[in-house]
Amino acid sequence: MGAAAGAMASGPELDTRMRMAMFIRCLAIQGSWNYESLIGNGVGFCVEPALRRLEGGPDGPAYREALARQSAYFNAHPYLAGLAIGALARAEVELVAPMRIERFRTALCGPLGSVGDRLVWASWLPACSLVGLLLYGAGLPPLGVALGFLLLYNVGHLGLRDWALRAGWRHGLRVATALGHPVLQHGPRYIGRAAAVLGGLALPMAAHRALGGGPLLSPVPIAVTVLTPLLAVLLVRLHGRAEGWRVVLLVLAVFVLYSVVR
Amino acid sequence: MPDVALLIELLPLALLAGVFGLDVVSFPQAMISRPIVAATVGGAFFGSPMAGLVCGVALECLALESLPVGASRYNEWGSGSVVAGVIAAHGAGPDGLPVAGPLVVSVVVGIASAWLGGWTMVRHRKLIASFARPRLGQLAAGNRKTVIGLQVFGMTADLVRGALVGLLVYLPSRLLVEYSLAHWSVRDDISRGVVVTCVASVAATAIWKDFHSISLTRRLFLASLAVGSLIVVLRG
Repeated sequence: MGAAAGAMASGPELDTRMRMAMFIRCLAIQGSWNYESLIGNGVGFCVEPALRRLEGGPDGPAYREALARQSAYFNAHPYLAGLAIGALARAEVELVAPMRIERFRTALCGPLGSVGDRLVWASWLPACSLVGLLLYGAGLPPLGVALGFLLLYNVGHLGLRDWALRAGWRHGLRVATALGHPVLQHGPRYIGRAAAVLGGLALPMAAHRALGGGPLLSPVPIAVTVLTPLLAVLLVRLHGRAEGWRVVLLVLAVFVLYSVVR
Repeated sequence: MPDVALLIELLPLALLAGVFGLDVVSFPQAMISRPIVAATVGGAFFGSPMAGLVCGVALECLALESLPVGASRYNEWGSGSVVAGVIAAHGAGPDGLPVAGPLVVSVVVGIASAWLGGWTMVRHRKLIASFARPRLGQLAAGNRKTVIGLQVFGMTADLVRGALVGLLVYLPSRLLVEYSLAHWSVRDDISRGVVVTCVASVAATAIWKDFHSISLTRRLFLASLAVGSLIVVLRG
């Protein structure tokens, strides 16, 4: 109880050592992802360092009850799960009523999943991929392309995880206000537009380099320029019926057979 | 002795495939598993990072199409892309560029192994659930060792999964790429053209579809496509 009281007295500050322990564990939050509890066990794993502050420490009943509560079913985007983890850790340390914590946990699942999917998987990741393609098209060497992509992506990735954990702890059970952050609300729109521009610039440049960077007015580059939009239109029209990678796999497999058997 | 040489080649490759496979979901999701990185590393492992990069760029165009959203089944590009990068590096010229046959084969291998990796991820998730089921009582009792043990088990199994996918794909792919090096009959520029046409059209489709709900994106895409083409013409 003394430790818990200490935590409450120190206000919303999360001490560096505990924050680092939780942050590193957050990188492995999906380590036991499964179809039954999703990232539930991962949440328990991430919150655990904070629970050691509870009365009796890791052997006390308060710790075990809290860990059991936090290891039950949970779903969220892995990068934004830090919001829940910070908030839940603070709620447990401040001895909020278990029923209230469980209701809060249930309510957080949906928003943290959809906001994170839109921001990261549907916007930030493709935008960074397209930056990688643009770097390749601009003529950078392999190390430059790979590092450029990784640095850019992880500035956003690690920054988001760190912000989420801090904001979760700072806001506690009022963490829903953090979901109103302008980056979460408007980020996908702006990143999506930037990605569209990046994609338009990157595709012709990357295609030209991949073709060997030779003269444009030769049969192969002309054929690629004509056939690519036609195939793209066909794939758009096939939407929902055939994924592009399956079509490409089929086309290239037939091409390999033709080329080695001929 | 050739077995020892093969083992020396396979062990680091399996380790790389495991680490890149682990990054996809379990730890740390820093996207070293994206083809543009993983295939480049694979190519570098075989002495030609540029060949790996060209293959990685092609696979990255395809990976743009599949978003790794939640519980949906998606391709696992990490472990297979390392192998694809290695395959692309076979027979690479002094400039490091991939030869036509290995390039096409590497893209086929990359896609097929990504599909296989996606399937094994589903099995892996079921394995974790079956491992957790007998321990639900301990989890409900707040047993610290069980919580941490489950996490460690899941990550270790994922590492092994990625390594196995890498090995399983590499052995037949190596035979295929050696055969293609000896028997490839289509001109280099045409082979490259076929790959570029296929992957660029998928990437364009992905951009067209992924951001359709955001106003202006399609017009911005078309306008920047024109600018990008103009840059290519001016540089060419």
